[in-house]
Amino acid sequence: MPAVTETREQVEKLGQSSYKWGFETDIEMDFAPKGLNEDIIRLISTRKEEPEWMLEWRLEAYRSWLKMKEPTWAHVSYPPIDYQDAHYYAAPKKKAGPKSLDEVDPELLRTYEKLGIPLHEQAMLAGVEVPEGEEARLPVAVDAVFDSVSVATTFRKTLSEAGVIFCPISEAIRDYPDLVRQYLGSVVPVADNFFAALNSAVFTDGSFVFVPKGVRCPMELSTYFRINARNTGQFERTLIVVEDGASVSYLEGCTAPMRDENQLHAAVVELVAMEDAKIKYSTVQNWYPGDENGRGGIYNFVTKRGACRGARSRISWTQVETGSAVTWKYPSCILQGEGSVGEFYSVAVTNNHQQADTGTKMIHLGRNTRSTIIAKTISAGKSDSTYRGQVKIMPKASGARNFTQCDSLLIGDQCGAHTVPYIENRNMTARVEHEATTSKISEDQMFYCRQRGLSEEDAVGLIVNGFCKDVLKELPMEFAVEAQKLLQISLEGSVG
Amino acid sequence: MSELLKISGLHASIETEGGPKEILRGVDLVIPPGEVHAIMGPNGCGKSTLSYVLAGREDYEVTAGEALFKGRDLLEMEPEERAAAGVFLAFQTPVELPGVNNANFLRTAVNAVRRARGEAELDAVGFLKAVRAATKNLSMSDDMLKRNVNVGFSGGEKKRNEVLQMTMLKPTLAILDETDSGLDVDALKIVAEGVQNLRSPDFSALVITHHQKLLDYLGPDRVHVMAKGRIIRSGGPELAKQINEEGYTAFLKEAA
Ligand SMILES: Nc1ncnc2c1ncn2[C@@H]1O[C@H](COP(=O)(O)OP(=O)(O)O)[C@@H](O)[C@H]1O
Ligand SMILES: [Mg+2]
Repeated sequence: MPAVTETREQVEKLGQSSYKWGFETDIEMDFAPKGLNEDIIRLISTRKEEPEWMLEWRLEAYRSWLKMKEPTWAHVSYPPIDYQDAHYYAAPKKKAGPKSLDEVDPELLRTYEKLGIPLHEQAMLAGVEVPEGEEARLPVAVDAVFDSVSVATTFRKTLSEAGVIFCPISEAIRDYPDLVRQYLGSVVPVADNFFAALNSAVFTDGSFVFVPKGVRCPMELSTYFRINARNTGQFERTLIVVEDGASVSYLEGCTAPMRDENQLHAAVVELVAMEDAKIKYSTVQNWYPGDENGRGGIYNFVTKRGACRGARSRISWTQVETGSAVTWKYPSCILQGEGSVGEFYSVAVTNNHQQADTGTKMIHLGRNTRSTIIAKTISAGKSDSTYRGQVKIMPKASGARNFTQCDSLLIGDQCGAHTVPYIENRNMTARVEHEATTSKISEDQMFYCRQRGLSEEDAVGLIVNGFCKDVLKELPMEFAVEAQKLLQISLEGSVG
Repeated sequence: MSELLKISGLHASIETEGGPKEILRGVDLVIPPGEVHAIMGPNGCGKSTLSYVLAGREDYEVTAGEALFKGRDLLEMEPEERAAAGVFLAFQTPVELPGVNNANFLRTAVNAVRRARGEAELDAVGFLKAVRAATKNLSMSDDMLKRNVNVGFSGGEKKRNEVLQMTMLKPTLAILDETDSGLDVDALKIVAEGVQNLRSPDFSALVITHHQKLLDYLGPDRVHVMAKGRIIRSGGPELAKQINEEGYTAFLKEAA
């Protein structure tokens, strides 16, 4: 074999191994025709066996979307998206919503196994007998969404005994219409923004969580999203409602196969916390970021918002963002209840040609509301990353407090990091603090580590994990380890 | 093999705004296994540069000469390969690593080196045992293991931390670049004992120092005088005493 070919093959192998979730699953799919119009929305609604009000809701969203323009204020650039050139519904060929794991296509289960996602309750339970020295894995209830459809939700029985509802949102629309109708769109209105309106019109699946009064959800809840089919957008919708004195911890993970063309992901997540309720929402986002030359990758345009409606309620967003070609994402809290608390802990990594514009909004409405923002941005390669944070203190929010800390770490000298804080304080008694730093991994640090025997990758991994420590410690234990590995993998080859 | 390290005719320069600047101008030096050698020389003569070049810092360009370590071409190896092969440099100015826990750093380094040497990695318990023993010998508090690498350490603490790393990484050649500078008498004694504890037929040291005191503890086999990027004189321990009494000026004149 000529040397050039051999080298090329080796390089290609390297490029691929750096995104190890990039395989494609060969499954028969049921597609809606490409394009977006009222008929497609009707088709989605029919496939999902939705009630009439839901269809009306979608159509209203679609009609307002038609009047809206794609936002351009974010510090990202990408070619125009042709919204008519995608499938808005794709489902594995199988009747929708299998009732138990036995009904699920084994090929699908294998996919999730490859992704390291435990779907087998049996295996999970067997996990209690762990080898000596290893920690017992806590059971995690999982809802797995494959393209447009939720394929399996585990641990439903245990959860329902505790009174917790955890199911695909399409099922919730059928089985708990009153609950869904009451809360859906109550935090992110259908016409909130361009991508939220699009999502409201065509969302196909996602998870619904309801934790009733006084219940502490007995296990971590987790949803894994997987885009598999070609030319499909994924538009999931998540709604989490936690009643008085109840609490839940929820984790979302995402991956996609490697493809040359870009794929669109526009999700909406709504959280509602009543009096003394606690919601911890963690995301490990690892959508395909595109290759070293910026080809392919997911466009990730997400609207996430939590409403702290009750007094002393608390919503905490933790995110580790390593994937996507373009990210546009600002998980926010509306702090309405007196003494309610909003937190945002974020690590955003960009490498190669990735672009991320992410941050948070903390809207203080109630008295003595508090918010904390810790945002860590890591840029490598030719990537560009922007932190955009808004803290808004309304006139009635006496005694409100905000603390914001934004740190950027640059690896190499071809990347960029920007911090854009917007602070609007309309109450004299409120206090807002903002700190920001920018640092670089220095040659001195690299040489020091390597002199001690560490490879360049290990050295960067150590320094990066040190940089992110304050955020990683907010993640549930098991996922913190996963996130640490992910950080290291996504920065592979970024030095030297 | 009668030598562990053999440097011949080593020239190295650094790129500056005004073009390349030659710092090492033909260094010759041989260190046999098990020996402790000292290098003394005026500020700016190239001692730190020599230690950086031996450890593999990329800012310096080697323009001529060679360095063989255990018969291998040292200058061809990556810094981490040199570390695995047994070269350790105690930095004149240890580097801070914000956010990186000192114990975690040390364990990662120890296991990276053990892996590369084909030894079994230390588990958490094994590591803790080893590191506790080492810190005790160096009169270091456990607290220093919990802090971030060199961040907020006093000058003396940084130097002791270097000696701790050296102890844990078990080098065959340790280069100590002014590890004794700025230490009080007690700390100096502890550092010297740290080196003495490693003395064996499989351990050599190249000690860069300005002070007689450290050499009194170590009893060097050879002392070299460096000036203007070259070794200009080599001799026994008496050479160090002579420098301390007469200063470098006499040697420099002689060399010129
Ligand atoms: N990065 C650098 N850029 C320019 N000059 C340097 C650099 N590093 C060292 N030098 C110069 O090289 C010479 C030798 O420095 P050094 O090796 O640190 O000496 P020593 O350790 O013997 O005091 C000095 O003149 C110093 O100024
Ligand atoms: Mg020096």
